[in-house]
Amino acid sequence: MPAESLREKTVSPWQIHPVRIVAAKAEVPGVITYRLKFVDQNVEDAYSVSPGQFNMLYMPGYGESAISVSGYDEQNRELLQTVRVAGNVTRALSRLNVGDELGLRGPFGQGWPMKAAQGGHLVLIAGGLGFAPIRSAIEAAICHRGRYEKISILAGARSPDQLLYREQYEQWKAAQVELRLTVDRATPQWNGNVGVVPLLVDRLKISNPATATVMVCGPEVMMWYTVKSAIEQNISVERIWLSMERNMNCAIGHCGHCQFGPAFICKDGPVLRYDRIASYLKIKGL
Amino acid sequence: MEYGNRQLLAKEGLQDLILAMQALEYMVIGPKIEQEAIVYEEINSLEDLPRGWTDLQTAGTYRIKRRDDDAYFGYVVGPRSLKHYLHPPRQLVATATRDGQRWEFESIENIEQKYAFLGVRACEIAAMRVQDRVFLQGDYVDPLYAKRRESALIVAVNCTMAAPTCFCTSMQTGPRCTDGYDLALTELAEAFVIEAGSDKGEKILRDLPCSPVTTADLEQARKLQQQAVEQISKTMNPVNLREDLLENLNHDRWEETARRCLSCANCTMVCPTCFCSTVEEVVDLSGDNIERRRTWDSCFDIDFSYQNGSIVRNDIRSRYRQWLTHKLATWHDQFDQSGCVGCGRCITWCPVGIDLTEEVAVIREKKCSE
Repeated sequence: MPAESLREKTVSPWQIHPVRIVAAKAEVPGVITYRLKFVDQNVEDAYSVSPGQFNMLYMPGYGESAISVSGYDEQNRELLQTVRVAGNVTRALSRLNVGDELGLRGPFGQGWPMKAAQGGHLVLIAGGLGFAPIRSAIEAAICHRGRYEKISILAGARSPDQLLYREQYEQWKAAQVELRLTVDRATPQWNGNVGVVPLLVDRLKISNPATATVMVCGPEVMMWYTVKSAIEQNISVERIWLSMERNMNCAIGHCGHCQFGPAFICKDGPVLRYDRIASYLKIKGL
Repeated sequence: MEYGNRQLLAKEGLQDLILAMQALEYMVIGPKIEQEAIVYEEINSLEDLPRGWTDLQTAGTYRIKRRDDDAYFGYVVGPRSLKHYLHPPRQLVATATRDGQRWEFESIENIEQKYAFLGVRACEIAAMRVQDRVFLQGDYVDPLYAKRRESALIVAVNCTMAAPTCFCTSMQTGPRCTDGYDLALTELAEAFVIEAGSDKGEKILRDLPCSPVTTADLEQARKLQQQAVEQISKTMNPVNLREDLLENLNHDRWEETARRCLSCANCTMVCPTCFCSTVEEVVDLSGDNIERRRTWDSCFDIDFSYQNGSIVRNDIRSRYRQWLTHKLATWHDQFDQSGCVGCGRCITWCPVGIDLTEEVAVIREKKCSE
């Protein structure tokens, strides 16, 4: 490789940028949605993120955690990141207050194929915290509502109080988006569906499967059965996309942690086309 | 430009070469005996080289032994490779410094030290090029690897002998160095045949006390190189290897191998292409100064595949399978080539002597019925 071209690319992918917490909203117990704003305006100007990509959030002294982008508020230039308190990094993050600063590298990875999905029925499917990356696709689709013939959101959670982004639902419906929810365990007040997410897919009316696109994120077993239902609905495997999760450590394909068969989830994913990983999904411990 | 104008360098002339590299401000890294192994270390003079020593390698064993001659490069390969310097086991990549309520983040991009590697074998050049694809030729460039790699000088040595663990001929990486070096040596009984492979090498060669080679010298060099080829007994057919492995992810052999494998990670540490790493947070007592240090990691470490409170590869079977199929199969998907150069280090340094070529042969012999 000529030395010249090499140097052009030598902007360290390890450079972390400070971001400030503008707001923090407790979604459900143990899950917080942060609004983050870059401290340095030049960094903010250069930053551009696509739905489905992720950032590495950095807590000095604790380390980094890969968190998918749930939305970008263009007007205020604020990033939305929904975080579940699970390990040291996210626990330390949960102790910060509005106004505090942390670090961020990103964005990384391949996002949702919003463009390829245009003109057809867009089916966005979320299970549990998988709603976080799906939300960025919802926002992008609503922003260009006319580009999609129909938009359906199918989301599931363990119980009604575990459903994320409840305050957004009316707004989404107002943008002519079909919203179907299901829970594993209903409460007396719940009048929606009870059962697993794939059941919602089975009941979905898809007028033209040839132009429909499915985007799904959730636990692997949920995605597996969701895809099965989508295929039974005659949706082509080439139009089914999954957002996968593995241990993302460097985010740039250099550390090897997030490999899933031939894919580096951090750079080839996290959004991958189903048919390209189908044979690996059924291998245990890959 | 065409290089390869071969000349003769007296054995003592090697000292002139070392001095010439030092004069150009290279830290010379070459073979040296440490803890009863021949490893790449800083070389100050000719005296540091393992003159008259060789290595004996088989699956699970490595010993050094006196030769009955005074050859400087009369050994095969040791546990270290160029990766030890180009992608070092510990590397500071970034810092965080607290300034009141705020943090300042810096990434490390400058490294002044430049290395000259002496005694590099063909398989090691091939391995370096495998790592080049990982760190230089994707969407993201590792700035520290790039700096070290760009400034490095490679003085190769053509192998004149092989170990029972060598299989570079199968992987088509050696034993003769064909390119990717600045200077290449072939050690004859009384002298070295030396040739340049780059402008940098040519410039150094010009000032060395060389004499013309005779056809007899060249014939001796050719014979010695051929000797290495003939001593290679191990083979692994790379044709369809990717498919043969990926179609056998549920083969019984993985379970059988897992009963012997200790999951110790030795193979990944000595492998010249294994690149996995993690980043450690090193915090001072005040908590205000943090160093982010990248360290080698291994797919054999149980925490390697940790995610969300569980471990994806929670048994040795899946960890060994990950290592072997990544090295020999999915590496092709990721980097358009095999991750194996046939150096045999993983066979030698495996404490229980697991030989990947045998594992492949067994898997190929009886394909699994899913």
